Amino acid sequence: MIEVNQLCKQFGKVKALNGVSIQVNEGELYGLIGPDGAGKTTLFRILISLLLPDSGSARLWGLDPVADFKKVRQIIGYMPGKFSLYEDLSIIENLTFFATVFGTTVEENYYLIEDIFKQIEPFKNRPAGKLSGGMKQKLALSCALIHKPRLLVLDEPTTGVDAVSRQEFWEMLKRLKAQGITILVSTPYMDEAGLCDRVALIQNGKILETNSPEDIIERFNKPVFAVSDNNMYQLLNNCRQYPGVASVYPFGEELHITFSEGSVNPVHLKEFLVSKGIPDANIKQIQPTIEDCFMELST
Amino acid sequence: MNIIEVDNLVKKFGSFIANDHLTFNVRKGEIFGFLGANGAGKTTAIKILCGLSKPTSGKVMVAGYNVSTHPEEVKSNIGYMSQKFSLYDDLTVVENIRLYGVIYGLSSTEIKERTEILLNRLQLQDARKRLIKTLSLGWKQKLAFSVAILHRPSIVFLDEPTSGVDPITRRQFWEMIYEAANSGITVFVTTHYMDEAEYCNRVTIMADGKIEALDTPANLKKQYGANSMNALFLKLTRKETVGLDN
Repeated sequence: MIEVNQLCKQFGKVKALNGVSIQVNEGELYGLIGPDGAGKTTLFRILISLLLPDSGSARLWGLDPVADFKKVRQIIGYMPGKFSLYEDLSIIENLTFFATVFGTTVEENYYLIEDIFKQIEPFKNRPAGKLSGGMKQKLALSCALIHKPRLLVLDEPTTGVDAVSRQEFWEMLKRLKAQGITILVSTPYMDEAGLCDRVALIQNGKILETNSPEDIIERFNKPVFAVSDNNMYQLLNNCRQYPGVASVYPFGEELHITFSEGSVNPVHLKEFLVSKGIPDANIKQIQPTIEDCFMELST
Repeated sequence: MNIIEVDNLVKKFGSFIANDHLTFNVRKGEIFGFLGANGAGKTTAIKILCGLSKPTSGKVMVAGYNVSTHPEEVKSNIGYMSQKFSLYDDLTVVENIRLYGVIYGLSSTEIKERTEILLNRLQLQDARKRLIKTLSLGWKQKLAFSVAILHRPSIVFLDEPTSGVDPITRRQFWEMIYEAANSGITVFVTTHYMDEAEYCNRVTIMADGKIEALDTPANLKKQYGANSMNALFLKLTRKETVGLDN
Protein backbone atom coordinates (compact mmCIF):
# COMPACT_ATOMS: atom_id res chain seq x y z
CA MET A 1 0.00 0.00 0.00
CA ILE A 2 0.93 3.63 -0.37
CA GLU A 3 1.46 6.16 2.39
CA VAL A 4 2.10 9.79 1.59
CA ASN A 5 2.86 12.08 4.47
CA GLN A 6 3.02 15.89 4.30
CA LEU A 7 4.69 16.08 0.89
CA CYS A 8 5.84 19.53 -0.21
CA LYS A 9 7.35 20.54 -3.52
CA GLN A 10 7.99 24.05 -4.72
CA PHE A 11 8.95 25.24 -8.22
CA GLY A 12 10.24 28.81 -7.89
CA LYS A 13 7.39 30.65 -6.19
CA VAL A 14 4.78 28.05 -6.99
CA LYS A 15 3.91 25.58 -4.25
CA ALA A 16 2.99 22.62 -6.43
CA LEU A 17 2.43 20.40 -3.38
CA ASN A 18 1.65 22.04 -0.06
CA GLY A 19 1.54 19.33 2.61
CA VAL A 20 -0.16 16.48 0.78
CA SER A 21 -1.06 13.31 2.70
CA ILE A 22 -2.95 10.35 1.28
CA GLN A 23 -3.21 6.61 1.89
CA VAL A 24 -3.99 4.06 -0.77
CA ASN A 25 -4.91 0.50 0.14
CA GLU A 26 -3.76 -2.64 -1.65
CA GLY A 27 -6.00 -3.49 -4.60
CA GLU A 28 -7.77 -0.15 -4.55
CA LEU A 29 -8.76 1.96 -7.57
CA TYR A 30 -7.83 5.36 -6.21
CA GLY A 31 -8.56 8.62 -8.01
CA LEU A 32 -6.79 11.95 -7.76
CA ILE A 33 -9.41 14.44 -8.92
CA GLY A 34 -8.51 18.02 -9.73
CA PRO A 35 -7.99 20.61 -12.46
CA ASP A 36 -4.78 21.40 -14.35
CA GLY A 37 -2.15 22.85 -12.03
CA ALA A 38 -3.57 21.16 -8.92
CA GLY A 39 -0.36 19.17 -8.33
CA LYS A 40 -1.47 15.75 -9.57
CA THR A 41 1.49 15.15 -11.88
CA THR A 42 4.00 16.42 -9.31
CA LEU A 43 2.64 13.99 -6.71
CA PHE A 44 2.82 11.08 -9.17
CA ARG A 45 6.35 11.95 -10.28
CA ILE A 46 7.56 11.99 -6.67
CA LEU A 47 5.86 8.66 -5.94
CA ILE A 48 7.45 6.94 -8.90
CA SER A 49 10.94 8.32 -8.10
CA LEU A 50 11.23 10.76 -11.00
CA LEU A 51 11.24 13.86 -8.78
CA LEU A 52 12.64 14.60 -5.32
CA PRO A 53 10.30 16.13 -2.72
CA ASP A 54 11.37 19.24 -0.76
CA SER A 55 10.01 17.71 2.43
CA GLY A 56 7.65 15.02 3.62
CA SER A 57 7.77 11.32 2.88
CA ALA A 58 6.25 8.64 0.71
CA ARG A 59 6.28 4.85 1.08
CA LEU A 60 5.18 2.25 -1.44
CA TRP A 61 4.87 -1.10 0.31
CA GLY A 62 7.53 0.18 2.69
CA LEU A 63 9.86 1.36 -0.09
CA ASP A 64 11.06 4.96 -0.15
CA PRO A 65 11.03 6.44 -3.68
CA VAL A 66 14.16 8.43 -2.80
CA ALA A 67 16.34 5.80 -1.09
CA ASP A 68 14.92 2.70 -2.80
CA PHE A 69 14.23 4.17 -6.22
CA LYS A 70 15.52 1.14 -8.12
CA LYS A 71 13.16 -1.20 -6.28
CA VAL A 72 10.26 1.21 -6.61
CA ARG A 73 10.71 1.33 -10.37
CA GLN A 74 10.42 -2.47 -10.52
CA ILE A 75 6.98 -2.55 -8.94
CA ILE A 76 5.29 0.29 -10.76
CA GLY A 77 3.85 0.75 -14.21
CA TYR A 78 3.54 4.38 -15.28
CA MET A 79 1.53 5.93 -18.05
CA PRO A 80 2.38 9.64 -18.35
CA GLY A 81 -0.15 12.20 -19.50
CA LYS A 82 1.78 12.87 -22.66
CA PHE A 83 2.27 9.97 -25.07
CA SER A 84 5.86 8.92 -24.44
CA LEU A 85 6.52 5.71 -26.35
CA TYR A 86 8.90 5.46 -29.28
CA GLU A 87 6.98 6.84 -32.23
CA ASP A 88 9.30 5.30 -34.81
CA LEU A 89 9.01 1.82 -33.33
CA SER A 90 6.03 -0.34 -34.20
CA ILE A 91 3.40 -1.45 -31.70
CA ILE A 92 5.01 -4.82 -31.18
CA GLU A 93 8.54 -3.36 -31.03
CA ASN A 94 7.51 -0.95 -28.27
CA LEU A 95 5.88 -3.71 -26.28
CA THR A 96 8.87 -6.06 -26.65
CA PHE A 97 11.22 -3.22 -25.69
CA PHE A 98 9.43 -2.54 -22.40
CA ALA A 99 9.17 -6.25 -21.56
CA THR A 100 12.92 -6.67 -22.15
CA VAL A 101 13.90 -3.61 -20.12
CA PHE A 102 12.06 -5.09 -17.13
CA GLY A 103 13.65 -8.51 -17.65
CA THR A 104 10.54 -10.32 -18.78
CA THR A 105 8.91 -11.37 -22.04
CA VAL A 106 5.68 -10.41 -23.76
CA GLU A 107 4.54 -14.06 -23.55
CA GLU A 108 5.06 -14.35 -19.78
CA ASN A 109 2.52 -11.67 -18.84
CA TYR A 110 0.45 -11.58 -22.00
CA TYR A 111 -2.65 -12.76 -20.10
CA LEU A 112 -2.65 -9.44 -18.27
CA ILE A 113 -2.82 -7.27 -21.39
CA GLU A 114 -4.60 -9.65 -23.77
CA ASP A 115 -7.94 -7.92 -23.36
CA ILE A 116 -6.50 -4.54 -24.32
CA PHE A 117 -3.76 -5.58 -26.71
CA LYS A 118 -5.92 -7.74 -28.96
CA GLN A 119 -7.79 -4.59 -29.99
CA ILE A 120 -4.64 -3.11 -31.51
CA GLU A 121 -2.91 -6.34 -32.54
CA PRO A 122 -4.19 -6.17 -36.15
CA PHE A 123 -1.99 -3.07 -36.51
CA LYS A 124 1.02 -4.43 -34.62
CA ASN A 125 3.51 -3.50 -37.35
CA ARG A 126 2.35 0.12 -37.60
CA PRO A 127 4.71 2.75 -36.11
CA ALA A 128 3.37 4.08 -32.78
CA GLY A 129 3.55 7.66 -34.10
CA LYS A 130 0.94 6.82 -36.75
CA LEU A 131 -1.75 5.51 -34.41
CA SER A 132 -5.01 7.23 -33.46
CA GLY A 133 -5.36 8.64 -29.93
CA GLY A 134 -7.37 5.67 -28.70
CA MET A 135 -4.87 3.16 -30.08
CA LYS A 136 -1.90 5.03 -28.60
CA GLN A 137 -3.61 4.91 -25.24
CA LYS A 138 -4.15 1.14 -25.45
CA LEU A 139 -0.52 0.61 -26.44
CA ALA A 140 0.77 2.84 -23.63
CA LEU A 141 -1.36 0.93 -21.12
CA SER A 142 -0.09 -2.41 -22.47
CA CYS A 143 3.54 -1.24 -22.15
CA ALA A 144 2.94 -0.02 -18.59
CA LEU A 145 1.51 -3.43 -17.64
CA ILE A 146 3.80 -5.88 -19.40
CA HIS A 147 6.11 -6.38 -16.39
CA LYS A 148 3.10 -7.11 -14.15
CA PRO A 149 3.47 -4.13 -11.82
CA ARG A 150 2.03 -4.10 -8.33
CA LEU A 151 0.95 -0.49 -8.79
CA LEU A 152 -0.29 1.12 -11.97
CA VAL A 153 0.05 4.92 -12.07
CA LEU A 154 -2.00 6.64 -14.77
CA ASP A 155 -1.63 10.39 -15.24
CA GLU A 156 -4.79 11.81 -16.82
CA PRO A 157 -5.38 8.88 -19.18
CA THR A 158 -8.77 10.27 -20.27
CA THR A 159 -8.00 13.96 -20.79
CA GLY A 160 -9.09 15.12 -24.22
CA VAL A 161 -10.60 11.70 -24.86
CA ASP A 162 -14.23 11.52 -26.02
CA ALA A 163 -16.98 10.24 -23.74
CA VAL A 164 -17.18 6.82 -25.42
CA SER A 165 -13.46 6.07 -25.19
CA ARG A 166 -13.44 7.36 -21.63
CA GLN A 167 -16.10 4.88 -20.63
CA GLU A 168 -14.24 2.03 -22.35
CA PHE A 169 -11.03 3.01 -20.59
CA TRP A 170 -12.69 2.85 -17.18
CA GLU A 171 -14.07 -0.57 -18.01
CA MET A 172 -10.50 -1.69 -18.74
CA LEU A 173 -9.35 -0.31 -15.37
CA LYS A 174 -12.05 -2.25 -13.54
CA ARG A 175 -10.89 -5.48 -15.15
CA LEU A 176 -7.27 -4.74 -14.16
CA LYS A 177 -8.35 -4.05 -10.61
CA ALA A 178 -10.01 -7.47 -10.58
CA GLN A 179 -6.54 -8.93 -11.35
CA GLY A 180 -5.34 -7.49 -8.04
CA ILE A 181 -3.39 -4.51 -9.38
CA THR A 182 -3.51 -1.35 -7.26
CA ILE A 183 -4.38 1.60 -9.49
CA LEU A 184 -3.68 5.26 -8.92
CA VAL A 185 -5.32 7.43 -11.56
CA SER A 186 -5.68 11.18 -11.98
CA THR A 187 -8.39 13.04 -13.89
CA PRO A 188 -9.80 16.54 -14.30
CA TYR A 189 -13.26 15.08 -15.03
CA MET A 190 -15.28 15.21 -11.81
CA ASP A 191 -17.84 12.68 -13.09
CA GLU A 192 -15.11 10.03 -13.15
CA ALA A 193 -14.74 10.24 -9.36
CA GLY A 194 -17.78 7.98 -9.01
CA LEU A 195 -15.91 5.19 -10.81
CA CYS A 196 -13.16 5.04 -8.14
CA ASP A 197 -13.21 3.18 -4.81
CA ARG A 198 -11.85 6.25 -3.07
CA VAL A 199 -10.72 9.65 -4.26
CA ALA A 200 -8.66 12.61 -3.17
CA LEU A 201 -9.97 16.00 -4.33
CA ILE A 202 -6.97 18.24 -4.96
CA GLN A 203 -6.52 21.91 -5.90
CA ASN A 204 -3.58 24.34 -5.67
CA GLY A 205 -1.32 21.72 -4.12
CA LYS A 206 -3.70 20.90 -1.27
CA ILE A 207 -5.96 17.96 -0.64
CA LEU A 208 -9.52 19.25 -0.15
CA GLU A 209 -10.88 15.90 0.98
CA THR A 210 -10.23 12.16 0.74
CA ASN A 211 -12.98 9.59 1.01
CA SER A 212 -15.20 7.30 -1.03
CA PRO A 213 -17.26 9.27 -3.55
CA GLU A 214 -20.45 8.23 -1.74
CA ASP A 215 -19.19 9.52 1.61
CA ILE A 216 -18.03 12.81 0.11
CA ILE A 217 -21.53 13.39 -1.23
CA GLU A 218 -23.12 12.31 2.05
CA ARG A 219 -20.98 14.72 4.03
CA PHE A 220 -22.01 17.69 1.90
CA ASN A 221 -24.07 19.52 4.47
CA LYS A 222 -26.13 21.95 2.40
CA PRO A 223 -29.32 21.17 0.52
CA VAL A 224 -28.83 21.63 -3.23
CA PHE A 225 -31.65 22.69 -5.54
CA ALA A 226 -31.85 22.32 -9.31
CA VAL A 227 -33.57 25.19 -11.10
CA SER A 228 -34.44 25.11 -14.78
CA ASP A 229 -36.21 27.26 -17.35
CA ASN A 230 -36.19 27.85 -21.10
CA ASN A 231 -34.01 30.93 -20.99
CA MET A 232 -31.06 29.83 -18.89
CA TYR A 233 -29.01 33.02 -19.19
CA GLN A 234 -31.90 35.14 -17.90
CA LEU A 235 -32.55 32.58 -15.14
CA LEU A 236 -28.89 32.59 -14.11
CA ASN A 237 -28.72 36.38 -13.86
CA ASN A 238 -31.92 36.55 -11.84
CA CYS A 239 -30.98 33.76 -9.43
CA ARG A 240 -27.71 35.60 -8.76
CA GLN A 241 -29.77 38.62 -7.62
CA TYR A 242 -31.84 36.60 -5.14
CA PRO A 243 -30.81 37.82 -1.66
CA GLY A 244 -30.73 34.44 0.13
CA VAL A 245 -28.58 32.64 -2.42
CA ALA A 246 -25.08 31.35 -1.54
CA SER A 247 -24.00 29.82 -4.85
CA VAL A 248 -25.41 29.51 -8.37
CA TYR A 249 -23.67 27.25 -10.86
CA PRO A 250 -24.82 26.07 -14.29
CA PHE A 251 -24.99 22.27 -14.53
CA GLY A 252 -26.05 21.30 -18.02
CA GLU A 253 -29.72 22.08 -18.46
CA GLU A 254 -30.10 23.11 -14.81
CA LEU A 255 -28.67 25.58 -12.34
CA HIS A 256 -27.52 24.19 -9.01
CA ILE A 257 -28.30 26.54 -6.17
CA THR A 258 -27.44 26.58 -2.50
CA PHE A 259 -28.94 29.06 -0.05
CA SER A 260 -27.14 30.96 2.67
CA GLU A 261 -27.60 29.59 6.17
CA GLY A 262 -31.11 30.17 7.47
CA SER A 263 -32.45 31.22 4.06
CA VAL A 264 -33.33 27.84 2.61
CA ASN A 265 -36.66 28.73 1.06
CA PRO A 266 -37.35 27.43 -2.45
CA VAL A 267 -40.93 28.71 -2.33
CA HIS A 268 -39.69 32.23 -1.75
CA LEU A 269 -37.17 31.86 -4.58
CA LYS A 270 -40.00 30.76 -6.85
CA GLU A 271 -42.02 33.87 -5.92
CA PHE A 272 -38.95 36.00 -6.53
CA LEU A 273 -38.48 34.52 -10.00
CA VAL A 274 -42.17 35.03 -10.82
CA SER A 275 -41.81 38.69 -9.84
CA LYS A 276 -38.85 38.92 -12.24
CA GLY A 277 -40.96 37.66 -15.13
CA ILE A 278 -39.95 33.99 -14.98
CA PRO A 279 -43.27 32.29 -14.11
CA ASP A 280 -42.46 28.70 -15.08
CA ALA A 281 -39.08 27.98 -13.50
CA ASN A 282 -38.89 24.47 -12.12
CA ILE A 283 -37.25 24.10 -8.68
CA LYS A 284 -36.50 20.77 -7.02
CA GLN A 285 -34.16 19.51 -4.35
CA ILE A 286 -31.50 17.11 -5.60
CA GLN A 287 -28.60 15.06 -4.34
CA PRO A 288 -25.32 16.94 -4.85
CA THR A 289 -22.73 15.64 -7.29
CA ILE A 290 -18.98 15.36 -6.67
CA GLU A 291 -18.59 18.54 -8.70
CA ASP A 292 -20.92 20.42 -6.29
CA CYS A 293 -18.77 19.15 -3.41
CA PHE A 294 -15.54 20.10 -5.15
CA MET A 295 -16.70 23.65 -5.80
CA GLU A 296 -17.99 24.07 -2.26
CA LEU A 297 -14.70 22.79 -0.81
CA SER A 298 -12.54 24.92 -3.10
CA THR A 299 -14.18 28.27 -2.33
CA MET B 1 -30.49 34.16 -40.84
CA ASN B 2 -27.63 31.68 -41.27
CA ILE B 3 -24.05 32.66 -40.52
CA ILE B 4 -22.67 29.31 -41.63
CA GLU B 5 -24.07 27.28 -44.54
CA VAL B 6 -22.53 23.92 -45.28
CA ASP B 7 -23.84 22.05 -48.29
CA ASN B 8 -22.58 18.54 -49.08
CA LEU B 9 -19.09 19.13 -47.72
CA VAL B 10 -16.68 16.32 -48.58
CA LYS B 11 -13.04 16.21 -47.51
CA LYS B 12 -10.79 13.33 -48.52
CA PHE B 13 -7.21 12.58 -47.56
CA GLY B 14 -6.13 10.04 -50.18
CA SER B 15 -8.77 7.33 -49.97
CA PHE B 16 -9.79 8.29 -46.42
CA ILE B 17 -13.03 10.26 -46.21
CA ALA B 18 -12.74 12.57 -43.20
CA ASN B 19 -15.95 14.53 -43.92
CA ASP B 20 -18.64 12.61 -45.74
CA HIS B 21 -21.31 14.88 -47.25
CA LEU B 22 -21.90 17.20 -44.31
CA THR B 23 -24.90 19.52 -44.64
CA PHE B 24 -25.91 21.90 -41.86
CA ASN B 25 -26.53 25.56 -41.06
CA VAL B 26 -25.62 27.65 -38.04
CA ARG B 27 -27.93 30.55 -37.20
CA LYS B 28 -26.70 33.99 -36.33
CA GLY B 29 -26.29 34.49 -32.56
CA GLU B 30 -26.70 30.87 -31.53
CA ILE B 31 -24.38 28.71 -29.43
CA PHE B 32 -23.72 25.74 -31.66
CA GLY B 33 -22.13 22.63 -30.12
CA PHE B 34 -20.03 20.44 -32.38
CA LEU B 35 -19.59 17.03 -30.76
CA GLY B 36 -18.16 13.73 -31.81
CA ALA B 37 -15.73 10.97 -30.90
CA ASN B 38 -11.99 11.49 -31.40
CA GLY B 39 -11.28 10.93 -35.07
CA ALA B 40 -14.89 11.56 -36.16
CA GLY B 41 -13.80 14.43 -38.41
CA LYS B 42 -14.50 17.48 -36.22
CA THR B 43 -11.06 19.08 -36.52
CA THR B 44 -11.07 18.61 -40.30
CA ALA B 45 -14.45 20.34 -40.57
CA ILE B 46 -13.41 23.22 -38.29
CA LYS B 47 -10.25 23.83 -40.33
CA ILE B 48 -12.41 24.11 -43.45
CA LEU B 49 -14.89 26.45 -41.77
CA CYS B 50 -12.00 28.70 -40.69
CA GLY B 51 -10.58 28.90 -44.20
CA LEU B 52 -7.45 26.92 -43.31
CA SER B 53 -8.21 23.93 -45.50
CA LYS B 54 -10.15 23.58 -48.76
CA PRO B 55 -13.06 21.20 -49.19
CA THR B 56 -12.62 18.40 -51.73
CA SER B 57 -16.18 19.15 -52.87
CA GLY B 58 -19.31 20.88 -51.63
CA LYS B 59 -20.06 24.48 -50.81
CA VAL B 60 -19.21 26.15 -47.47
CA MET B 61 -20.25 29.74 -46.73
CA VAL B 62 -19.02 31.42 -43.52
CA ALA B 63 -20.01 34.99 -42.59
CA GLY B 64 -21.14 35.52 -46.18
CA TYR B 65 -17.94 34.31 -47.84
CA ASN B 66 -17.15 31.12 -49.71
CA VAL B 67 -14.28 29.37 -47.91
CA SER B 68 -12.92 27.90 -51.16
CA THR B 69 -12.68 31.18 -53.06
CA HIS B 70 -12.38 33.79 -50.28
CA PRO B 71 -10.53 32.18 -47.34
CA GLU B 72 -8.83 35.44 -46.30
CA GLU B 73 -12.16 37.26 -45.96
CA VAL B 74 -13.43 34.34 -43.88
CA LYS B 75 -10.38 34.54 -41.59
CA SER B 76 -10.77 38.26 -40.93
CA ASN B 77 -14.46 37.83 -40.02
CA ILE B 78 -14.03 35.04 -37.50
CA GLY B 79 -12.36 34.55 -34.13
CA TYR B 80 -10.61 31.30 -33.25
CA MET B 81 -9.43 29.86 -29.99
CA SER B 82 -7.72 26.51 -29.74
CA GLN B 83 -7.23 24.40 -26.65
CA LYS B 84 -3.54 23.84 -27.23
CA PHE B 85 -2.26 27.23 -28.22
CA SER B 86 -3.79 30.66 -28.25
CA LEU B 87 -1.51 33.10 -26.44
CA TYR B 88 2.25 33.66 -26.42
CA ASP B 89 3.73 32.51 -23.10
CA ASP B 90 6.70 34.87 -23.24
CA LEU B 91 4.66 38.00 -23.97
CA THR B 92 2.76 39.91 -21.30
CA VAL B 93 -1.03 40.17 -21.07
CA VAL B 94 -1.21 43.56 -22.83
CA GLU B 95 1.40 42.55 -25.42
CA ASN B 96 -0.72 39.56 -26.39
CA ILE B 97 -3.82 41.73 -26.67
CA ARG B 98 -1.95 44.26 -28.82
CA LEU B 99 -0.49 41.53 -31.03
CA TYR B 100 -3.92 40.12 -31.85
CA GLY B 101 -5.38 43.60 -32.24
CA VAL B 102 -2.77 44.48 -34.85
CA ILE B 103 -3.14 41.14 -36.65
CA TYR B 104 -6.87 41.79 -36.99
CA GLY B 105 -6.26 45.31 -38.27
CA LEU B 106 -7.58 47.36 -35.34
CA SER B 107 -6.32 50.96 -35.03
CA SER B 108 -4.08 51.80 -32.09
CA THR B 109 -6.92 53.84 -30.52
CA GLU B 110 -9.28 50.88 -30.82
CA ILE B 111 -6.66 48.56 -29.34
CA LYS B 112 -6.11 50.89 -26.37
CA GLU B 113 -9.83 51.29 -25.68
CA ARG B 114 -10.66 47.60 -26.00
CA THR B 115 -7.64 46.56 -23.93
CA GLU B 116 -8.94 48.60 -20.98
CA ILE B 117 -12.50 47.29 -21.37
CA LEU B 118 -11.19 43.74 -21.53
CA LEU B 119 -8.87 44.08 -18.51
CA ASN B 120 -11.64 45.65 -16.47
CA ARG B 121 -14.14 42.97 -17.33
CA LEU B 122 -11.70 40.18 -16.48
CA GLN B 123 -10.41 42.07 -13.44
CA LEU B 124 -6.90 41.62 -14.78
CA GLN B 125 -5.78 45.26 -14.41
CA ASP B 126 -3.09 44.33 -11.87
CA ALA B 127 -1.82 41.52 -14.08
CA ARG B 128 -1.48 43.58 -17.25
CA LYS B 129 2.33 43.36 -17.30
CA ARG B 130 2.55 39.74 -16.26
CA LEU B 131 3.90 37.13 -18.65
CA ILE B 132 1.23 34.75 -19.90
CA LYS B 133 3.17 31.74 -18.63
CA THR B 134 2.70 32.94 -15.04
CA LEU B 135 -1.11 32.85 -15.32
CA SER B 136 -3.19 29.83 -14.35
CA LEU B 137 -4.82 27.83 -17.12
CA GLY B 138 -8.24 29.19 -16.21
CA TRP B 139 -7.11 32.80 -16.57
CA LYS B 140 -5.30 32.01 -19.80
CA GLN B 141 -8.42 30.51 -21.31
CA LYS B 142 -10.66 33.41 -20.25
CA LEU B 143 -8.13 35.85 -21.67
CA ALA B 144 -7.72 33.82 -24.86
CA PHE B 145 -11.47 33.90 -25.41
CA SER B 146 -11.63 37.66 -24.89
CA VAL B 147 -8.75 38.12 -27.32
CA ALA B 148 -10.44 35.87 -29.89
CA ILE B 149 -13.43 38.25 -29.95
CA LEU B 150 -11.39 41.47 -29.60
CA HIS B 151 -12.06 42.41 -33.24
CA ARG B 152 -15.79 41.74 -32.70
CA PRO B 153 -16.10 38.97 -35.25
CA SER B 154 -19.52 37.73 -36.30
CA ILE B 155 -18.57 34.21 -35.27
CA VAL B 156 -16.05 32.65 -32.92
CA PHE B 157 -14.76 29.07 -33.07
CA LEU B 158 -13.77 27.47 -29.76
CA ASP B 159 -11.98 24.14 -29.90
CA GLU B 160 -12.21 22.41 -26.50
CA PRO B 161 -11.78 25.68 -24.62
CA THR B 162 -12.38 24.24 -21.15
CA SER B 163 -10.30 21.04 -21.14
CA GLY B 164 -8.61 20.61 -17.77
CA VAL B 165 -9.98 23.88 -16.38
CA ASP B 166 -11.25 23.78 -12.78
CA PRO B 167 -15.04 23.47 -12.33
CA ILE B 168 -15.68 27.01 -11.18
CA THR B 169 -13.61 28.66 -13.92
CA ARG B 170 -15.21 26.31 -16.46
CA ARG B 171 -18.58 27.78 -15.50
CA GLN B 172 -17.30 31.35 -15.53
CA PHE B 173 -16.03 30.62 -19.02
CA TRP B 174 -19.48 29.51 -20.13
CA GLU B 175 -20.99 32.66 -18.72
CA MET B 176 -18.62 34.59 -20.97
CA ILE B 177 -19.88 32.50 -23.87
CA TYR B 178 -23.50 33.31 -22.96
CA GLU B 179 -22.61 36.98 -22.76
CA ALA B 180 -20.92 36.94 -26.19
CA ALA B 181 -23.90 35.14 -27.72
CA ASN B 182 -26.24 37.63 -26.07
CA SER B 183 -24.30 40.45 -27.78
CA GLY B 184 -24.88 38.81 -31.17
CA ILE B 185 -21.69 36.80 -31.67
CA THR B 186 -22.31 33.30 -32.95
CA VAL B 187 -20.41 30.69 -30.95
CA PHE B 188 -19.26 27.43 -32.52
CA VAL B 189 -17.82 25.20 -29.82
CA THR B 190 -16.42 21.68 -29.37
CA THR B 191 -16.19 19.99 -25.97
CA HIS B 192 -15.77 16.62 -24.31
CA TYR B 193 -17.81 17.71 -21.28
CA MET B 194 -21.31 16.46 -21.90
CA ASP B 195 -22.87 18.86 -19.38
CA GLU B 196 -21.51 21.68 -21.55
CA ALA B 197 -23.36 20.28 -24.54
CA GLU B 198 -26.54 21.16 -22.63
CA TYR B 199 -25.54 24.84 -22.63
CA CYS B 200 -25.75 24.96 -26.43
CA ASN B 201 -28.84 26.08 -28.35
CA ARG B 202 -28.29 23.28 -30.82
CA VAL B 203 -25.76 20.49 -31.04
CA THR B 204 -24.59 18.24 -33.81
CA ILE B 205 -23.02 14.86 -33.16
CA MET B 206 -20.54 13.51 -35.68
CA ALA B 207 -19.47 9.91 -36.08
CA ASP B 208 -17.23 8.41 -38.78
CA GLY B 209 -17.18 11.57 -40.88
CA LYS B 210 -20.96 11.95 -40.96
CA ILE B 211 -23.51 13.96 -39.03
CA GLU B 212 -25.50 11.51 -36.92
CA ALA B 213 -27.83 14.01 -35.29
CA LEU B 214 -28.54 17.73 -35.16
CA ASP B 215 -31.12 19.47 -32.95
CA THR B 216 -31.61 21.13 -29.59
CA PRO B 217 -30.31 19.07 -26.64
CA ALA B 218 -33.89 18.60 -25.37
CA ASN B 219 -35.21 17.36 -28.72
CA LEU B 220 -32.30 15.01 -29.23
CA LYS B 221 -32.75 13.43 -25.83
CA LYS B 222 -36.45 13.01 -26.51
CA GLN B 223 -35.90 11.61 -29.99
CA TYR B 224 -33.37 8.97 -28.91
CA GLY B 225 -34.91 8.21 -25.52
CA ALA B 226 -31.78 9.24 -23.62
CA ASN B 227 -31.98 10.88 -20.20
CA SER B 228 -28.71 12.80 -20.55
CA MET B 229 -26.42 14.09 -23.28
CA ASN B 230 -23.85 11.56 -22.13
CA ALA B 231 -26.25 8.67 -22.68
CA LEU B 232 -27.21 10.11 -26.06
CA PHE B 233 -23.58 10.52 -27.07
CA LEU B 234 -22.75 6.95 -26.13
CA LYS B 235 -25.76 5.70 -28.06
CA LEU B 236 -24.85 7.52 -31.26
CA THR B 237 -21.09 7.05 -31.31
CA ARG B 238 -20.41 3.72 -29.66
CA LYS B 239 -18.50 2.09 -32.46
CA GLU B 240 -14.94 0.90 -32.53
CA THR B 241 -12.97 3.57 -34.40
CA VAL B 242 -9.54 2.68 -35.64
CA GLY B 243 -9.00 5.54 -38.08
CA LEU B 244 -6.11 7.94 -37.92
CA ASP B 245 -6.44 11.08 -35.84
CA ASN B 246 -6.01 14.45 -37.48
